Amino acid sequence: MTTTAPVLQAIKHRPMSKRQRIGRVAWYVAVILISLVTVMPLIWTLSTSLKPAAEILGGYLSLIPQSPTIANYVAVFTESPFARYLLNSFVLAIAGTATNLFFGSLGGYALAKLHFTGRKAVFGVFLGSMMIPGIVTMIPSFIVLRYFPLAGGNDLFGQGGVGFINSYWAIILPGAAGALAVFFMKQFFESLPDEMGEAARIDGAGEFRIFVQIYLPQVAAGLAILGIMTFQAGWNSFLWPLIVLNTPEMLTVQVGLASFIGDHTTNFGPLMAGTIVSSLPVLVIFAFAQRYIVQGVSFTSSK
Amino acid sequence: MSALVDTPVEVQVLPQIVEEKGGRPLRRKRDRGDHRPPKAIARQQSVSAWVFLAIPIVLFAAFLLIPVVIAFVLSFSDYSIIGELKWLGIDNYVNLIQDPFFWIALRNTAYYTLLYVPLGLVVALSTALLLHRSSRASRIFRTLFYIPVVSSTVATASIWFWLLNPQHGMINVMLGWFGIDGPAWLYDSKWAMIAIVVMSVWAGFGANMIIFLGALQGVSPDLHEAARLDGANAWQDFWNVTRPGIAKTTFLIVMLLLIGAFQVFDQAYLLTKGGPGNSTVTLVYYIYNKGFGALQMGYASAISFVLFLIIMVFSLINARVTNPKGERE
Repeated sequence: MTTTAPVLQAIKHRPMSKRQRIGRVAWYVAVILISLVTVMPLIWTLSTSLKPAAEILGGYLSLIPQSPTIANYVAVFTESPFARYLLNSFVLAIAGTATNLFFGSLGGYALAKLHFTGRKAVFGVFLGSMMIPGIVTMIPSFIVLRYFPLAGGNDLFGQGGVGFINSYWAIILPGAAGALAVFFMKQFFESLPDEMGEAARIDGAGEFRIFVQIYLPQVAAGLAILGIMTFQAGWNSFLWPLIVLNTPEMLTVQVGLASFIGDHTTNFGPLMAGTIVSSLPVLVIFAFAQRYIVQGVSFTSSK
Repeated sequence: MSALVDTPVEVQVLPQIVEEKGGRPLRRKRDRGDHRPPKAIARQQSVSAWVFLAIPIVLFAAFLLIPVVIAFVLSFSDYSIIGELKWLGIDNYVNLIQDPFFWIALRNTAYYTLLYVPLGLVVALSTALLLHRSSRASRIFRTLFYIPVVSSTVATASIWFWLLNPQHGMINVMLGWFGIDGPAWLYDSKWAMIAIVVMSVWAGFGANMIIFLGALQGVSPDLHEAARLDGANAWQDFWNVTRPGIAKTTFLIVMLLLIGAFQVFDQAYLLTKGGPGNSTVTLVYYIYNKGFGALQMGYASAISFVLFLIIMVFSLINARVTNPKGERE
């Protein structure tokens, strides 16, 4: 190695050969083309959303609207309870984020830092559950929610009412403490030394206080990443809300938007405007917290 | 229950969990030795641990463990929310074999999987290889490549519904520039599923690309340099150094793609409602229709268990084929 190192050094600092320059140009061409494929549809969506109906079906691929209008956005909010959809989505995504951060870090901490018999078993069952495809539990989860005792007009035996169906709880309860959140936070707590809590423990501090005051502040980055990812997942989820929510005032923005997609007669202007509005929150978060999101994804492969 | 709502995020984070199983040595051993906590503190810890875990465990039981058992039991009944429940033995499973729609759904799902998994893998890996260099430009393009992942499947579907519009959509207009008369895509039973595959790859590859980028950084540059000094060309370097170096990640990504592909629903539901001519009815779509449309929840549960079985079989095959043991670390 010692003899080859200077040689490699020399190779690296040589001015670019013709071959290298062609390679560089080819690289730029390739990445720019791929970016066009990934970004263009979004730009076209934005552009379509600002065009009047006649121009949408006439102005072939003009990216800049000739007579820009916000009529499509107005239509979205006046012809459907879109503001209500947005509110529902915000409430549900924020509730999901809060519960997952709380229970995820509490559970993750217990599995990472507390000694108790049965820890391995609990961990094993959580882990094994990740292998079960969501579709298997879909119908029974619906049944559990519908026949939940004393909920939504149900009696003690779960009869008589609709349980938690068509309520916020139908989304919040099943997703409140995802196994994923527990594992994610466990990973972060494990990287902290056990000694941190010992002094406080000897002084007689309770376990919850040790968790909140000593360990929790150390995993702030983990909480940020998990929070962003949970919010996005909650905001974007579709199949489950589609199943358990069914009146217009309860729908989430995704389920509401889905009803805009129709047959040949679809009104593309409002559909594109709705798409932009529904994507705005996650796009804004992505713009500001991109570093955390990329970290969250790569965290997975580095561990 | 987190597995229920199928979202990209879960897909992104799963590898860490799976990798942990084999990864970490038992780090507790040392603590059990000399400075093991005194008895009173140990008891207090044990109680606290169960209190901390109580709500996650209860929810986990209510929306995962118990539902799996319920689903299995229901698959032997004609449960339909309304009316009396009758036990059918294995009739649901027998009917399944004779149900032509089940086979159509299975065939469509297999077709989707067959196209989506290889395509998703190749696109994610090649874009990752393209961006595997530390420059400012590479970071910017990483962001641009990742953007489709941020949007929901509904937003993605609306965008593509417009892109794929036969007369005014961007894709057919652009094909027209080259004198190609594009197909009716979502309204053509030959093309609908292909359009859905392309859309899904577009929407999802960014996340897997990021995971691959992480894995590529883990392959020692010394190995690449050694290969190049030995006269390996770019392809040989990829095949003999990179490929074994990222085998574990490849295995995980194939697994994620497979699990996602077999459970494809959103795109088919949103864009084609299973049509045209049932060409995009997938298994999960069929389960949804049977369970929540026709309220044949017993029958739907039986289909979901068959799907569960199929996913397990393919996971095992993947474990054999991709064989992550070859990874150099």
